[in-house]
Amino acid sequence: MKVFLARRLVYSVVLVLATTIFVFVMSRQSGDPRHLFMSEQSTQEEWDAWGVELGLDKPLYLQYVIWLGNALTGDFGESIRQRRPALDVVIERIPATAELALGSFLFSVATGIPLGVLSALKRGSILDYLGRTFALIGQAAPVFWLGIVLVLIFSVNLGWLPVARRGGLEHYILPSITLGWLFASSFLRLTRSAMLEVLDSEFIKFARAKGVHDTRVIWKHAFRNALLPSLTYAGILLAGLITGAVITETIFSWPGLGSLAVTSVLQLDFPVLTAVVCVITLAYAGMSVIVDFTYALADPRIRLE
Amino acid sequence: MNTASNTAGDTTAVQVVQPSDSSPFINRWIRRIRYWPVVPIIIISALLIAAIFADQLTSFDPEKDDLISRNIPPVWQEGGTSKHLLGTDPLGRDMLTRIIHGARISLLIAAIVLSIGTAFGLLVGLIAGYLGGTFDEVLMRVVDFTFAVPFILVALVTVIVYGQSFALVIILLTIFSWNGVARQARAETLSLKTRDYVAASQVAGASIWRVMYRHVMPGLINTVIVVTTLRLGSLILTEASLSFLGVGIPPPTPAWGVMVAEGRNYIYTEWWISFFPGLAIMLTVLAFNFLGDWFRDRFDPRLRQLD
Repeated sequence: MKVFLARRLVYSVVLVLATTIFVFVMSRQSGDPRHLFMSEQSTQEEWDAWGVELGLDKPLYLQYVIWLGNALTGDFGESIRQRRPALDVVIERIPATAELALGSFLFSVATGIPLGVLSALKRGSILDYLGRTFALIGQAAPVFWLGIVLVLIFSVNLGWLPVARRGGLEHYILPSITLGWLFASSFLRLTRSAMLEVLDSEFIKFARAKGVHDTRVIWKHAFRNALLPSLTYAGILLAGLITGAVITETIFSWPGLGSLAVTSVLQLDFPVLTAVVCVITLAYAGMSVIVDFTYALADPRIRLE
Repeated sequence: MNTASNTAGDTTAVQVVQPSDSSPFINRWIRRIRYWPVVPIIIISALLIAAIFADQLTSFDPEKDDLISRNIPPVWQEGGTSKHLLGTDPLGRDMLTRIIHGARISLLIAAIVLSIGTAFGLLVGLIAGYLGGTFDEVLMRVVDFTFAVPFILVALVTVIVYGQSFALVIILLTIFSWNGVARQARAETLSLKTRDYVAASQVAGASIWRVMYRHVMPGLINTVIVVTTLRLGSLILTEASLSFLGVGIPPPTPAWGVMVAEGRNYIYTEWWISFFPGLAIMLTVLAFNFLGDWFRDRFDPRLRQLD
């Protein structure tokens, strides 16, 4: 297990470093940072002095090291639009995204896993078909369209739920469903096929033959084994969660990291985009390690490898 | 894994719904529809026709404004006209025309990206699997890496630097589209290269390129077709998402994602502007997902993970 975890840890570090290199190279591609300060009165001497000050006279790899050092101390430069440190702009957006991610995770687990179990138990029934339709829609409908259609139905036509923005508990329902539906679908399909497979295995037949009560067979013997694929999937889910969050936040004017990333692109606010990308990547890498760790704990086959 | 449960004979009501035995004629049709992916084939044929004959199918210009006839609802709603079956958008452009032309954009992008991505992935997987060693190790780490990178962030950063364009969308999607094929092709190559006929051709003195091309590659084709088809749907979704966010295909090109975004601010009154392009995306993705599942079940059941 140590080898497995060490390997995953190295991956995450490489991922974060590669992201910083990519962002740095791109920031240099986007133009000479001195253009920001330049006015019509600027002289060649001032220009050169800025170059020395910003370290632009040094070789590129040293510039990167300087940039990385600044980034590590939280200095991503100043937001071009808001005229304050980019990291501050980013940090105040974190809670909204965290809440949304939690809400959608709860929704996807609370619907996907029970529906998956039920679909497997009542295979071929109306319930099974409904469950699978739910999953098919979730996997094929674009997140942005799903959000708009939900708003159309529940906010515009029925007037039950608020259209957008953060607020009371009712504000969380539509964004959480929009973002969580895709993952609920995957959980449903994974749980369903895992349940079907487990229910057919020898030890389940044995438990039944021995006279163990149905409920106990299903929940104690089968369900616990059927959960593993979903857990594996949780790691893959994280990358999709980022894309989904960017879109969902944009639709619901949700003041989180995702909508900030999109706005900063549209406003050409490069320092903010850099900071968002670094913060999201860091969080993503950290979460991946946690997921791998849980997975290793849950599955003895990984632990012993 | 699903057929296994039929024989389980346990008490948990594991049954497969059989077509009712009232009418043999209907039964035959139900079975046929189950065997052939009829619905996906219909949808995909319609898409292909729309994409190829977009200019002949409608007389409207998908990008030209017509401010007199703007925001006309679909034909079945009050105020709709049969001239604009699905209504018009705030710039007076015919929705149906734009959706038909959007099919062309979606399929064109998918075709370009998947041809390059699949060919490259096949090559990488084949060589990595066949040669093995450090080369294989490095390439597979690169594949792992492309799976781990959050695509959307890369796309946002690239677009802020270079600006949005058709070419950039193609490049970005291609970079992230070869990894699945590479991984599967490699796995398949690993098992194929241990076959006797491969050993025989090596002994007969064939060059490694000849062995790879003539003896290993043909065995990969099924897998590659399956993986590529399964990828199609998500590729179309990704392109639409980029376009929706304003970092994909630039307007006024009628990409479906762009159209949904354009209708976003009008959902209180003009719901159809966002609704129909999104529906088109969903049906397209659904059709390709079904087709991919069907290919997988027919050609390569081993790849099957989900029921």
